[in-house]
Amino acid sequence: MIDWQSFTPISALAGGAIIGLATAFLLIFAGRIAGISGIVGGLFRLQKGDFGWRAAFVAGLLLAPWLWRWFDELPAIQVETSHGLLALAGLIVGLGTRYGSGCTSGHGVCGLSRLSPRSIVATLLFMTMGMITVYVIRHGLY
Amino acid sequence: MLIQLIALLSGLVFGIGLILSGMANPAKVLAFLDVTEQWDPSLAFVMAGAVGVGFFAFRLAKKRGQTLLASPLHLPTSNILDHRLILGSIAFGVGWGIAGICPGPGLVLAASGHSGAIIFVVAMLSGMVIFDQLEKHRMRRH
Repeated sequence: MIDWQSFTPISALAGGAIIGLATAFLLIFAGRIAGISGIVGGLFRLQKGDFGWRAAFVAGLLLAPWLWRWFDELPAIQVETSHGLLALAGLIVGLGTRYGSGCTSGHGVCGLSRLSPRSIVATLLFMTMGMITVYVIRHGLY
Repeated sequence: MLIQLIALLSGLVFGIGLILSGMANPAKVLAFLDVTEQWDPSLAFVMAGAVGVGFFAFRLAKKRGQTLLASPLHLPTSNILDHRLILGSIAFGVGWGIAGICPGPGLVLAASGHSGAIIFVVAMLSGMVIFDQLEKHRMRRH
């Protein structure tokens, strides 16, 4: 059943298009994939000439909520997950995205955009697993 | 210096897109993943918007074969569906389903000062560092 009251197709589509523009900008001018887990993960490799652009991209990402606040209040942030589970989820996301070479941005946005078979498989897997996980947490196994 | 500036701008715009789209609200992400109850399909529109723009960007980039600044493109070349991609993406999906947070929104939320997101991001970065350590260990053995 679709929750029409929470459905926000216009801001979702506009926000998505802005994400696409940021991705296009980085690709066309810097030749880089805007995959967040890859960009952040590469920071720990400390390779010469490879650190600066990664750090700059992450800095931009971190500045975004502050730029937003300059003009308007941030939209609602609702987190119902306990701190213990957030730590567990973070650890799994960190390990999983590095082993799987990408996350929602690298495989989802960039990979689907360039029709990469690896990314199509990865996106289907993490979407399906995300749905199964939410189902099990909210409704139990039986 | 130019590439850093490009990356900073891209990260900033990317973050604004995440906030506008609703991706930076974990409850909305979980409502998207919860397909069996009150389903909020908004985030499918985020993906559609991002890929809709990204598709043409990647086509343009591949056609040109280099960036507009005449530097090389750094695109993934692997086409192998290995167990690392599959298991990593499965794990990422589970973590995403627990918290409703993936790497990009995690960083944006943490930067906005949300304590739960800060815990998530610290754990995520730890997971990435652990991955690098395990990889180093694996390389040494081979």
